[in-house]
Amino acid sequence: MLIYLPIAEVSVDALLLLGIGAGVGMLSGLFGVGGGFLITPLLFFIGVPPAVAVATGANQVVASSISGVMAHLKRRTVDLRMGSILLAGGLIGSSLGIFVFRWLTRLGQVDLAVQLAYVVFLGIVGALMLQESVRAWARTRNPAAPRRKLHQHNWVHALPLKMKFRVSGLYISVIPPMLVGAGVGLLSAVMGVGGGFIMVPAMIYLLGMPTKVVVGTSLFQIIFTTAFTTVAHAVTSHSVDILLASVLILGGVFGAQLGTQLGARLRGEHLRILLALLVLAVCAKVAMDLLITPDEAYSIRVAGRH
Amino acid sequence: MRRLWLFLMVLLAFPAQASEIIGALSQNRVSLTASFSGSEILIFGAVRRETPQEATDNPSGQGFDVIVVVEGPRQSVTVWRKERWGGIWMNVASARMVSIPSFYAVASTRPLERILSPEADAEFRISTPQAIRADLTSDTALFAEALMRIRERASQYLTLGRYVHVDRDILFRTVVQLPANLTEGAYVTRMYLIEEGTVVSQYRTAIFVRKDGIERWLHQLAYDQPFLYGLLALAIALVAGWGAAALVQVIRER
Repeated sequence: MLIYLPIAEVSVDALLLLGIGAGVGMLSGLFGVGGGFLITPLLFFIGVPPAVAVATGANQVVASSISGVMAHLKRRTVDLRMGSILLAGGLIGSSLGIFVFRWLTRLGQVDLAVQLAYVVFLGIVGALMLQESVRAWARTRNPAAPRRKLHQHNWVHALPLKMKFRVSGLYISVIPPMLVGAGVGLLSAVMGVGGGFIMVPAMIYLLGMPTKVVVGTSLFQIIFTTAFTTVAHAVTSHSVDILLASVLILGGVFGAQLGTQLGARLRGEHLRILLALLVLAVCAKVAMDLLITPDEAYSIRVAGRH
Repeated sequence: MRRLWLFLMVLLAFPAQASEIIGALSQNRVSLTASFSGSEILIFGAVRRETPQEATDNPSGQGFDVIVVVEGPRQSVTVWRKERWGGIWMNVASARMVSIPSFYAVASTRPLERILSPEADAEFRISTPQAIRADLTSDTALFAEALMRIRERASQYLTLGRYVHVDRDILFRTVVQLPANLTEGAYVTRMYLIEEGTVVSQYRTAIFVRKDGIERWLHQLAYDQPFLYGLLALAIALVAGWGAAALVQVIRER
């Protein structure tokens, strides 16, 4: 069943879109990530213009993050104060990202920049996560091994402008969270992702936040950064396709239910290993596209369109 | 068919003078709605000739040929070329071309190069390279060729030799398939009567393609009220996200 998308100006199979939404929604429910890092490349793959894929991906992440935060708010695992600081940084980063995105589009290098960003960040995050989760898995099988400290004191704790974050049990400077927020905001605008896959490790390893509040807090701030990104893309480049977003969200909503139920039956370390492998697989796919000789060396960009 | 009869009557009412071509479309309006998946346009018409039944080097019998051209709205495009740079394929060179048809189909009774002289082609800009004003001798030639190659592969540019059928030396018809990925605007349709390599008569009409229903509304909102449109996108996300969470809650509690 083909559906004509008014902004992307392409016809795509509605069932395929529902499937993508459901598949990514399932993974998002399973792993607690927004899933933008999967949706955007998949949309490229089925022929949606990159600018539309990025802007619409951000819109889809808004919906999945809201859904996730609701559950976390009930469990009181959202550090609102930390979330707000991250958010302040995020808005700065995302405004900057919109400009970078437009500049790259004009240079004709936006595809390359997005692909490179995917390879670098997915590669680093995937490798770190795999290493950490395999180690954790090994530890559960051999409980006699020495435990690591919850978090270490490092340079992060020596900065000024300290603030108390009660829910996270931290007393640290606001500078590192601002920087983390800004960095993720920038990526969110350029890559069309929520940035959870970068935010979560940064919060654990850089800020030393306890794991139980990390996912909820990250989702909380992602709602606002991606919401801002969505509106900014709509205003600056008219590239948000509501029809495309609606179909993806519809699929995602049902997929997320399945994912959450499936997730309850799997062990934490196993989940993290699977997520790490998935991240690395996407990274490898994007890297291959950059390295393999393309079938067609030329591409057409229509002025005034995406 | 009723329209065709009308045409024949009009044609018979013509005073007998120069050769003439006249035509019509099965539809002159195409609506891009959510379920749009391409459209077939029947283009038909009739030919009146000054000196019928002359010499024939033409295997099909008639002494004339017909060319039908459908041309989509013109746009400016940039064609980029990728090259390997430090092991990575990236865009390195580009050529900007103005006034390039978004869709271009040429259907004819016989292959173009056999019925149309290069001079007539240059004057009326009928073949695809002429339509995009490609200067195939300059250094942008590779870019123009790439543009045609990519659009031909995507069925946006079509060259359909032997695709116009002639009946009883007077009626002609052809079918042009408009793809699913259409741009809005007027699709100018031209019909040429060709004798001895040159155009002796032409007829112009147009197919109007526009978004309709929700597609039209969304597209207009996105361009006229982008901020409102952005908020609408957020509202949908909010309702869907909230709704999903609430639904899970309800299911859990039961």
